[in-house]
Amino acid sequence: MASKVIHAFYDDDDVLMHAVKKVKAAKHHIEEIYCPFPVHGLDKAMGLAPTRLAITSFLYGCVGLVIAIAMMNYIMIEDWPQDIGGKPSFSFIENMPAFIPIMFELTVFFAAHLMVITFFLRSRLWPFKEAENPDVRTTDDHFLMEIEIHGNEQDLMDLLLDTGAVEINITEK
Amino acid sequence: MYTFSNRLKIASFILMAVGVLGIGIGFMTAPSTVEDAKAMVASHNDGHGDAHVVAQDHDASHYEHLLHQLQNKPWAALYVAALFFMMIALGTLAFYAIQRAAQAGWSPLLFRVMEGISAYLVPGGIIVFIILVLSVAHLNHLFVWMDPEVVANDALIQAKSGYLNGPFFLIRAAIFLAGWILYREYSRKLSLAQDESNDDSNFKLNFRISAGFLVFYLITESIMSWDWIMSVDPHWFSTLFGWYIFAGMFVTGITVIAMVTIYLKSKGYLKDVNNSHIHDLAKFMFGISIFWAYLWFSQFMLIWYANIPEEVTYFVTRIADYKVPFLGMLVLNFVFPLLLLMNSDFKRINWFVIMTGIVILVGHYMNVYVAIMPATVGDQWSIGIPEISSVLFFSGLFIFVVFRSLTKAPLQPKRNPFIEESKHFHY
Repeated sequence: MASKVIHAFYDDDDVLMHAVKKVKAAKHHIEEIYCPFPVHGLDKAMGLAPTRLAITSFLYGCVGLVIAIAMMNYIMIEDWPQDIGGKPSFSFIENMPAFIPIMFELTVFFAAHLMVITFFLRSRLWPFKEAENPDVRTTDDHFLMEIEIHGNEQDLMDLLLDTGAVEINITEK
Repeated sequence: MYTFSNRLKIASFILMAVGVLGIGIGFMTAPSTVEDAKAMVASHNDGHGDAHVVAQDHDASHYEHLLHQLQNKPWAALYVAALFFMMIALGTLAFYAIQRAAQAGWSPLLFRVMEGISAYLVPGGIIVFIILVLSVAHLNHLFVWMDPEVVANDALIQAKSGYLNGPFFLIRAAIFLAGWILYREYSRKLSLAQDESNDDSNFKLNFRISAGFLVFYLITESIMSWDWIMSVDPHWFSTLFGWYIFAGMFVTGITVIAMVTIYLKSKGYLKDVNNSHIHDLAKFMFGISIFWAYLWFSQFMLIWYANIPEEVTYFVTRIADYKVPFLGMLVLNFVFPLLLLMNSDFKRINWFVIMTGIVILVGHYMNVYVAIMPATVGDQWSIGIPEISSVLFFSGLFIFVVFRSLTKAPLQPKRNPFIEESKHFHY
């Protein structure tokens, strides 16, 4: 369904932050904001739900740790028992100090890589993906606030101009 | 202005009084003859229902050794607690100097809290120094290398005696403590003077002396850790010991800053301190706990892997005789802070930070305990009256000195150039 949206452009992140607060205070729903760089505190000002990426990262880290333990136990203890550091105990727990760096590294590896992949999937980003920016200037020096219009075009225009928007366009989406 | 509440003051006096009493009992019940020592160990064994027969083939020197260990016990308990609380103040002072040298914008609201905690460095440092003087005067046997009889039969200690000898040891200790206390007093003076001044000259001078102090501190702290802690095992050495001890004192210092801040806030002071400040302190508690574990493990793994007898003996004795505190402190100092403070939201919940802080403090007391005890009391360790009383006494003294110092100046610096940034700090 095609809907009309308003695109307000800003050329300063502080002005943008104040604008977001005003628009939120006027009880309008901000669809999206396109920025050339991350703006600190913007997510809180927009009222976005906190990310759950950290939880997935923790779980991926646990997976990495378990895989490291299983892997080292299989490789170094069961399949081909190794005499580690001249201490032929052939027990996982007694040789564990030697495995801790690997356990740590795989925990970090899994947490980091799977978190990034999750982030890409969740943000619908993949190689050769067409950019969703409605205007190329948002990759340079402009911020763009997108608000859906529900027959309140003039009100919104006035409000946005009042917040210091440098340009306002209305487009079909 | 903060007023020292009577309840807290009385509590600190009670802690000190009970502590002194317990320390006295500890010294009084220490055996004075070989026969007493034998009897103590025998009754101890009976108490556990062990079928140990006190072996006849044990020669006199063994019992002599046992006597020395039992006589050392109250001294070692006193020393561990004295060091632990002194290092809280010293770690706080280091954290404070870093904030000053980094010109941090978030922390100036907490400067008076840090200055209050580092006030304990004066009495705490002097008490540690007195214990060291008494050791050099042979009133106790905490440091085996101070015993001329031992040195006469020990080529390794003889080779080190150019460094490990009583007078030089005390001169070093005096220089370290004098330097730390001098910086603490001078920086505090400048900090208070900045409140009344009309330019930033005190602030700038404080920045410069703090940067200079950090250089002095990192060198002296490292040597201090060899002198006061590592040298109880004079044959053993570890090149990252200084860092390892530093991480311990740093995390305990930060933990106490967080706890005192939360206490003062709960009493209605420090109104401008918000939960982002607590969050930052908790992040430091979390991060430095991991840093401590990293250093602990780096030291352990290299020695464990190489398995060189002269090095590995340090861990062999600890795992054989101190299994519970040695491995338990890893859980308290690493696993607990890691899991409890991992979640961002938990770092802002005051009671959560306090609970984790208590775990960290207990864990780091065990850290100092396991560093000192094996060389001084061997397998005769226990957490009994002397140990608990020493902790009670020093915690009472610590509370008294810290909170009395907090009453001396307004809790909020007035004219720190970064105070507005600190008030509006949010994450």
